[in-house]
Amino acid sequence: MPHLVIDRLSANYGTAPVLQDVSLSVERGEIVSIIGPSGSGKSTLLRVLTGLLKPHAGVVHVAGTQIDYGSAAALRKVRDRFAVVFQQYNLFQNMTALRNVTIAPTIVKKRDAGEVEREARALLEKVGLSHRIEAYPDELSGGQQQRVAIARALALKPEILLLDEVTSALDPELVAEVLDTIRVLAAEGMTMLIVSHEMGFVREISSKVVFMADGKVVEVGPPSQIFDAPQTERCADFVRRILRH
Amino acid sequence: MASLIEEAPRFFSYYNLIFLGQAFAFTALLSLVGCGLGFLIGFVLAVLRNDRIVGFAPLRWFATIYVEIFRRIPFLVKLMVVFFGFQLAGFDASMFAVAATTVALSASAFSAENIRAGLESVHKNQWDAAETMNMGGLTALRRVILPQSWAIIIPPSMTYSVGLVKSTSIASQIGVLELTYAAKILNQKGFSAAICFGTILILYFLLCYPMNLFASHLERRLAPSRHR
Ligand SMILES: Nc1ncnc2c1ncn2[C@@H]1O[C@H](COP(=O)(O)OP(=O)(O)O)[C@@H](O)[C@H]1O
Ligand SMILES: [Mg+2]
Repeated sequence: MPHLVIDRLSANYGTAPVLQDVSLSVERGEIVSIIGPSGSGKSTLLRVLTGLLKPHAGVVHVAGTQIDYGSAAALRKVRDRFAVVFQQYNLFQNMTALRNVTIAPTIVKKRDAGEVEREARALLEKVGLSHRIEAYPDELSGGQQQRVAIARALALKPEILLLDEVTSALDPELVAEVLDTIRVLAAEGMTMLIVSHEMGFVREISSKVVFMADGKVVEVGPPSQIFDAPQTERCADFVRRILRH
Repeated sequence: MASLIEEAPRFFSYYNLIFLGQAFAFTALLSLVGCGLGFLIGFVLAVLRNDRIVGFAPLRWFATIYVEIFRRIPFLVKLMVVFFGFQLAGFDASMFAVAATTVALSASAFSAENIRAGLESVHKNQWDAAETMNMGGLTALRRVILPQSWAIIIPPSMTYSVGLVKSTSIASQIGVLELTYAAKILNQKGFSAAICFGTILILYFLLCYPMNLFASHLERRLAPSRHR
């Protein structure tokens, strides 16, 4: 049974359709990447999955259970299983790196503060930031903030990690450090749905690539298909253009 | 100047000091009720208006309508509305109670607007992150949003509060013997305008100055530049 199944999901912003009949599935421990031109609905898809935007039609199953996005209780449960790393990091600006990581486990999950802090320190070390634990987000570089955001997501012990263009806001020299962190997670068997523009990275890490355009899934296939032998004109076009630079 | 010194002993008589003291107490109390209660009610209104916290739309509409209406009616009109409102309700309220209620209602609408602007100055993505981590609206407000909002909320609230101290003088219109009214009465009794209004000017200053100190204190405590 796939870990995550998205079945003919549609969503609107106001009356503008942003997602139309989006379907895809992710196996347990699998890494699926979503690529596509900007404005194609990739971020919106992640917003719908985490309940920040109500779907207008379609269903989502997590580990075989259908998610009822209309129910606050169901929403809480599904949010316990997902963690998101946003494109703009979305770190809490009023908290140190360490507090960003510990706040939800202590305040929301009411776990023991000492234990949470030990874990948080370990996570921050894992993402290479043990020396910046007391820094505030505005004292950290983009890459460092992004890695704090990853540590914060992991502290929630999610089953499924959603990553939204986690490298696109970074200087090129910082991209590598974030991608290394994701590679470590992949090796540990975390289920991940990744939106990315790093084509080399996508090809290396994903078992499946989803190409989206205009709110629709246009093509799905293994990286070898999407990058070397795309079946649709639009996908071929996009890949050609993005690989050229 | 010489005449001021000459009339001073007569002006600062025991009776007049009691009279001015009472007026000062009324002004101070009205200001305190206005700022304190007004801020509290305003805070609740701002929270009720916030769609990241309150899902029930009619509640948000109510708060919005209240704020928009009360910000637009002149203070004197509000005073009359409360005055006649109390009478209609058969409530035998003192003029001071009428004035205090008006000040609080009025201040709540303006505070709500200041607080709303402060809350909205925090980037939406802070709410998004909190929400996906299953933080409730009020928890997110307290832990994430408010700490980032104080720096925006406090300065206009203080400007407003100082203005409010001055506008409490309108309560004299319904006979509340606050500072401005007291000065007018003393002036009519024959004391020079200079000594009457000079004295209440100092008293108003004595009221506002601690407020400014308090504001700076709050700003340092709640909104250290580190969190901006
Ligand atoms: N908050 C919003 N309100 C209205 N339209 C939005 C909003 N966010 C995104 N959109 C629109 O939805 C479409 C998909 O956006 P998005 O999911 O961010 O695309 P991507 O992440 O693939 O670049 C775009 O046309 C965008 O303009
Ligand atoms: Mg996006």
